[in-house]
Amino acid sequence: MKIVVPVKVVPDTAATIKVEDGRVTWGDAPLVLNPWDEFAVEAALQMVEKHGGTVAVVSVGDEHALEAIRKALAMGAKEAVRIHDPALAHADVRATAQVLAAAVRKMGDVDMVFFGRQAIDGDTGLTPMYTARALGWPFVGLVSAFPEMDPAGRTFTAERSVGEAKQTLRAPMPAVVTIAKEFAEPRYPSFMGIRKASRAKVPVWSLADLGLDAPAAKVRWPEITMPPKREVKVEFIEGETPREIAEKLVDKLIEAKVL
Amino acid sequence: MDFRLTDEHRMVQQMVRDFAQKEIAPLVKEYDRKHEPIPGVLERMGELGLLGISIPVRYGGQGMDYITLGLVSEELEYVDSTLRVVMSVHMGLCALSILHWGTEAQKQKFLVPLAKGEKVGAGAFTEPGHGSDFARIQGTARREGDVYILNGEKMWISLATKADYALVTMRTDPHADPPHRGLTAFIVDLHSPGITRGDIKGKLGVRAGSTGWIAFQNVEVPVENRIGEEGEGFKVTMSAFDRGRYTVGAGAAGLIRAALDASVAYARERRTFGQPIGHHQLIKEKIARMARDYEMTRLLYLHTGWLMNQGQRFTRQASLTKWFGTEAAFRAAHDAIQIHGAYGYSDEYDVERFFRNSRGAMIYEGSSEIHTLIQADYALGYRYDKPLRKELPPYDPDEWLAE
Repeated sequence: MKIVVPVKVVPDTAATIKVEDGRVTWGDAPLVLNPWDEFAVEAALQMVEKHGGTVAVVSVGDEHALEAIRKALAMGAKEAVRIHDPALAHADVRATAQVLAAAVRKMGDVDMVFFGRQAIDGDTGLTPMYTARALGWPFVGLVSAFPEMDPAGRTFTAERSVGEAKQTLRAPMPAVVTIAKEFAEPRYPSFMGIRKASRAKVPVWSLADLGLDAPAAKVRWPEITMPPKREVKVEFIEGETPREIAEKLVDKLIEAKVL
Repeated sequence: MDFRLTDEHRMVQQMVRDFAQKEIAPLVKEYDRKHEPIPGVLERMGELGLLGISIPVRYGGQGMDYITLGLVSEELEYVDSTLRVVMSVHMGLCALSILHWGTEAQKQKFLVPLAKGEKVGAGAFTEPGHGSDFARIQGTARREGDVYILNGEKMWISLATKADYALVTMRTDPHADPPHRGLTAFIVDLHSPGITRGDIKGKLGVRAGSTGWIAFQNVEVPVENRIGEEGEGFKVTMSAFDRGRYTVGAGAAGLIRAALDASVAYARERRTFGQPIGHHQLIKEKIARMARDYEMTRLLYLHTGWLMNQGQRFTRQASLTKWFGTEAAFRAAHDAIQIHGAYGYSDEYDVERFFRNSRGAMIYEGSSEIHTLIQADYALGYRYDKPLRKELPPYDPDEWLAE
């Protein structure tokens, strides 16, 4: 089976995010594979190890996207494509999904698309659903296990993590899914994988290669601001006895409408 | 001159960083307190391929260059010195010595399982009465037919109770003059009859590591396990120290970086006199010294790794890296405690562990005093490196990656 994993490069989780001149910036913090995508790569690798086939990764972005692509290749993905086109500079979620859907079609014979649940920078979590919609394939979110995967019979069973409960459902293939962190801890890249990834030539597809016109973004970002700083005040409540202190505390909480 | 790391270097660095942060960092404080190694840590390092990192693929290794060994040492010591010690002794003293001096048969028999992480290696040189004056060690190896009979005691041996094999140097000629010409090196299976070993308790630092003693009582070692020629043991051992010192120096860069990161985080948050302490000039001085020493140690070890890759002699550079790096690491950890104030004196924060761990590295693999003399003698022209009968193979990617 062939599983495609769309991946995104994001600032390191330890980066300090700021807004400068109306733009989001993270200084010189390193770029990494979106941590949620690591779970999707891991799940895809486990599926092909069990059922045979290949894992291909696709990423939309400039050369920085190679950081994410190379990590996925080092973990064990066999193929990779980067999609880059100046016309995608302001692509929103919907536009990105259309591009990814076109890439999946162009790759051909794709059985499943595994996404991470969301990217830690934009945090919309919408790209997987939009991609499923653009492909016309079923969508299953937050999969924590595949009790059954039957590429020949074109069906699979997925277990979903829904809060503290679990839901099991069956769906036809091909399909788009997002992988929950409960699926499995992502593996470290192997040395063999690192060597292959560092030497890999990753093809770049443009919109023309995908047969697409520049998808119009529906979302505009008229203004970007930092969230307001939270002012925290600390007040020590004094009293002669614990009871007196507790009573004063209760009065304060009622006054602040916490109780 | 190109100061950039390759993609391969950066990916290995990140992989080791992730491993150490996810699997070691959450446990190290607990095991340091208990004076016990973290269970399964050697096995995990083996599974990940770290125990064969700079060994050619055809000998079961990962075929990475010597710079990668330095980068890995830095990343491991960033989290805890005990992990870097494994690289120093397993890789620096043992596996790379077999690659350097071993016959093809010895490489197949000993290097392959070491590189695959199936066996763990150590180096056993120091004795209860002899460290810096290594040429005068007393442990003996007496040849009887096809075997050598080893007797003596080795002390302060990292992984003494964990290793399967050790590079061991003993005296084969008690009358040699000068005495260093009477030494011979062997690769010894530490499960052999006549070997007893134990851990040393009560250490100041590297408490989550294993440091111990190995006693040899009429231990039979086959002649084919001799590394190098009879009488060549001093050179074999000194070349092993070159590699060990490289990893210790590279690790020191990790400890300095850890002290710096902890200090920066604390100095930004902790407030005195109405402002974060990072705004106080005497705190800045300590932070600046750590930042400077990190960069200097890093450049020193990367240069040493580059010399190794080129197949050039690196004895002088490895000594300088180890000497400067370990003293700088001790200073950095000491300053980090000062920045943390009373909190730094408690094991609630990591810096007191950094301080304890940094101290031993100024003694082992050549004390600071020995390195001071070595560097002075190079500068004065009293010392120079004569070519060895065999040199450590340079890094050749085609050859090292060939199956």
